[in-house]
Amino acid sequence: MAENKTKNIMIVGVGGQGTLLTSRILGGITVAAGYDVKLSEVHGMAQRGGSVVTFVRYGEKVAEPIVEEGQADLLIAFEKLEAKRYAHFLKKDGTLVVNDQKIEPITVVTGAAQYPENIIEELSSKYETYSIDAMGEALKLGNSKVFNIIVLGVAAKHMDFSKEDWLAVIENTVPPKTVEMNKKAFLLGYES
Amino acid sequence: MSEKKIMLGNEAIARGAYEAGVKVSAAYPGTPSTEISENIVKYDEIYAEWSPNEKVAMEVAIGASISGVRAMASMKHVGVNVASDPLYTISYSGVNGGLVLVAADDPGLYSSQNEQDTRCVARAAQVPVIEPSDSQEAKDFMKYAFDLSEKYDTPVILRTTTRLSHSQGPVTLEDRVEPVDAPYERNIQKYVMMPGMAKQRHIYVEQRMKQMAEDGAEMPINRVEMGDTKIGFIASGIAYQYVKEACPDASVLKLGLVHPLPRKMIEEFAAKVDKLYIFEELEPVFEEQIKSWGIECVGKEIFTLQGEYSANMLRKAVLGEEVEVAQPAQVPARPPILCPGCPHRSVYSVLNKLKIHAAGDIGCYTLGAVAPLNVVDTTVCMGASISTLHGMEKAKGKNYVKNWVAVIGDSTFLHTGVNSLMNMAYNQATGTVMILDNSTTGMTGHQDHAATGKTLKGEVVPAINIYDLCKTIGVKHVTVVNAFDIETLEKVIKEETQREELSVIITQSPCVLLKGNVFPNKCRVIPEKCKKCGACLRPGCPALTKTADGVTVIDETMCNGCGLCMQLCKFGAIEKVEA
Repeated sequence: MAENKTKNIMIVGVGGQGTLLTSRILGGITVAAGYDVKLSEVHGMAQRGGSVVTFVRYGEKVAEPIVEEGQADLLIAFEKLEAKRYAHFLKKDGTLVVNDQKIEPITVVTGAAQYPENIIEELSSKYETYSIDAMGEALKLGNSKVFNIIVLGVAAKHMDFSKEDWLAVIENTVPPKTVEMNKKAFLLGYES
Repeated sequence: MSEKKIMLGNEAIARGAYEAGVKVSAAYPGTPSTEISENIVKYDEIYAEWSPNEKVAMEVAIGASISGVRAMASMKHVGVNVASDPLYTISYSGVNGGLVLVAADDPGLYSSQNEQDTRCVARAAQVPVIEPSDSQEAKDFMKYAFDLSEKYDTPVILRTTTRLSHSQGPVTLEDRVEPVDAPYERNIQKYVMMPGMAKQRHIYVEQRMKQMAEDGAEMPINRVEMGDTKIGFIASGIAYQYVKEACPDASVLKLGLVHPLPRKMIEEFAAKVDKLYIFEELEPVFEEQIKSWGIECVGKEIFTLQGEYSANMLRKAVLGEEVEVAQPAQVPARPPILCPGCPHRSVYSVLNKLKIHAAGDIGCYTLGAVAPLNVVDTTVCMGASISTLHGMEKAKGKNYVKNWVAVIGDSTFLHTGVNSLMNMAYNQATGTVMILDNSTTGMTGHQDHAATGKTLKGEVVPAINIYDLCKTIGVKHVTVVNAFDIETLEKVIKEETQREELSVIITQSPCVLLKGNVFPNKCRVIPEKCKKCGACLRPGCPALTKTADGVTVIDETMCNGCGLCMQLCKFGAIEKVEA
């Protein structure tokens, strides 16, 4: 990435999966590195199990707070159907980091729609894709809530900040009692 | 102090209020405005409260202003409708201490029932409006709003939108100024709006708005950025950012004061550019005024009246660029749903079974309108469930409402539902009102209210008892039921809906997302006992799915152990286990 070029990141998932915490850590690290940054979040009704998307843009000077279709450098998906829903926001040479987890939307549960098969295989053929079973890994750590930080750890490998900077920002962002668990989760993803 | 911090737009608004020396803040929660109060409460210097509704909040702020301190109210756009009665008249009275109303519009309808434009309300109420474009401006404009309010003797609306309120950006922090309280003097010509006084104040209001329009050219919040003169834009708020993103070299008149419009400044800018575009989300408020002055410009001919704008919209419509984007994949929709363990799902599963229609209200429980619950038939605005049910009965008679109920949350009931229940009692209604009491304001993220026993500041106070309140109003039949006791619930709903007298059923169980909740159990399927009947799946709990051959599976990371599915299973195939 050229220094003066704005970098576009999207975090997508299901309401309640912790996209807000993840975007705050991303915002924190870009500010710490001296960039101008804008983040755009979704609050309110969509947070109740709906499809949610958060935008993070950083660079020398950022105007628009949203990422538009075909502009994302990095798409972080906490659920694979959501990865498929927003994949067209990626640039042709964009990077996809996806949590290999299936959460059926109500339209599938009621039988009105089918959950697509082979999502990760299909997306891998189009984009540089990295997937991880973060929920499985989080359960092994003994805390299902930190799966999102594991995914962030994987994504962090494809960004330009040092491991130490990430850990420092995590320490400043998450609730004090959860710092150690979150750091462990981050490293699990980062070193995977 | 010149510390830089990344802040949500709403957090920056709160910071601006703090730095401006605000002493009193009142609000009712509503997306996208809620985080303003949730951040203001962090400043001990400010008295901050959740009021039961926006009208009350506005009046609290008005009282504080009249007494001589800087005061504010904040609310979502539809809340401004509730507060509009005091707003229209305080516009005449003006202020003593600075008075600011923060109104948060929701273009794109992320969490609202309509897409109204507060600028239209402000024009009708003759109240000036200023509109920031990022978090830094949100803080700075908030301070400026108080200066304007005191200088021009007027309440000022700071307008924000979802995209601005819920975007984060860097903000430079400054110290709080401690303004000296304005002395209070009795002045009935200004503060008692009887016809004789209001006639005189109306003259002042007209002069004030004219003066502000003239002074607009000198205000630092209005700014001309001259660039290429082939294209010029007039924009404000978040739309300005889209202009800068898509057309960084074009000339822009960035408006901070969006009502009244600085006419002379606009005329001069229009004369300097070859083609003028008005880029404003929602209503053509600037455009219609500017066109009425005989200035040629392009606006809603090419830009939509609906939803949010973007930089790509400008690239296509103004620059004629073909923006190449991949086709979105065809994937199943994922609309918002009630959480696993939500008490509303339990209540709705009973209403659905009994084929009862519900006049609905505003909250998470509005989601009972859609499949698979299909219970709620109507939703208008806060408090409307009870009064619309009453209207149905008066139109069609007692029998018509025997398979209807009104459903309303505890916070919404105290907001404006209580007025409607008074009306039912007074006008001899026979309908059944269900108050879905989950001990919080759920949808907006768990704010306290008068019946939770806790204030915005976290003080423990006596809680209004909703049962006693209903009794006091004159409802003879008030029943309290555990929201998850579906057997009792079914019996009570059958009885009360058939009764030819007004009744209230209060279903109780705290919101599953409330802090401090503990879930000792989870539910688990015993696969060999599952008959694949699908009864447990019917209420649409997101923790439940089925395997390819139809056996129910419960996702243990999502289940909160509410036991609704277990109660619905006739074959004992679901058990509660320790979490």
